[in-house]
Amino acid sequence: MTFHQSPADRALSRRKALAAGGVLSVAGISVLAGSASAGLFGGKNKKTKGDPEADAALINTAISLEHEGIAAYQIAAESGLLEPAVLEVGVLFQSHHKAHRDELARIVTTLGGTPVEADSQAAYAEQIEAGNLKNQADILQLAIRLELGAANAYLGVLPGLMDPDYHHLFARLAADEAMHWAALKGAVGEALPQNALSFG
Amino acid sequence: MRKILGGTLCSAAALAALGSAALAQSPATGDAAGGEKLYQTKCGGCHSLDMNRVGPAHRGVVGRKAGSAPNYAYSPALKAADIAWDEKTLDLWLQNPMAMVKGTRMGFRLSDAQQRAEIIAYLTAMSAKAAGGS
Repeated sequence: MTFHQSPADRALSRRKALAAGGVLSVAGISVLAGSASAGLFGGKNKKTKGDPEADAALINTAISLEHEGIAAYQIAAESGLLEPAVLEVGVLFQSHHKAHRDELARIVTTLGGTPVEADSQAAYAEQIEAGNLKNQADILQLAIRLELGAANAYLGVLPGLMDPDYHHLFARLAADEAMHWAALKGAVGEALPQNALSFG
Repeated sequence: MRKILGGTLCSAAALAALGSAALAQSPATGDAAGGEKLYQTKCGGCHSLDMNRVGPAHRGVVGRKAGSAPNYAYSPALKAADIAWDEKTLDLWLQNPMAMVKGTRMGFRLSDAQQRAEIIAYLTAMSAKAAGGS
């Protein structure tokens, strides 16, 4: 399986429909996902503002979150439990998380910090209790929980970032996670929230 | 192994100021049943009850000293903080962890007092179970 090295651009060109639920098309996702493409997060050589050390610490925590998300999609892909069309969407979403990780790591380095490294795949499998994943439905529910948690995490951390430029970045990251969550909810046929402002 | 950016402890004055502000408000009353879903949606990106993930495992957190969950690599700031987690300190923490412990790596804020109360009620219930209570 070649899950690890799927470039975002290649994934974005795919046009197969997601079989599960028949609600979501990869084409639709591709349009939504354009904002996650590398290079769109911000300029290089940025002058730092506020408290760079504090911002770097929070951004490093976000990198840990992205590491876990990347690993979760990897574990799902290697499980043998996913239908091909679902796997393809998983590849796409994992590529977004890799782009998030890379951009966040770039910023931590710019701020003078050291980007946090990923744990082993085995460690992540234990953390997400991968042993409980028995079928595709289990994996989709795990992905839904993690994506919702990630969206809320970004929104909850955003006010604590000192540099307002990172507010924008974290809002964009949250939007990607919310997009993943909504797509997955549609794929399993679950209803969307009845009330506004359900995130954050 | 996670690499840790340096940090410093919060001042006692800052903690006292936070505490004074919170005491001036009426505490919200939480419901553990509602708190479970809120915990999953608000905290579940980083935390689980029984697994150290991005953040430490939470079962048993109420009554525990800050920075003391087994096998979790805390920031030096939180590890050194002289805080015991109870309803009051958790409520302050969830309002603004960075104001409570300068140098913590947790920046998540939950501004809704009712949601905080429900999550804390849930964590309290789970901690009681961990301790062998009802």
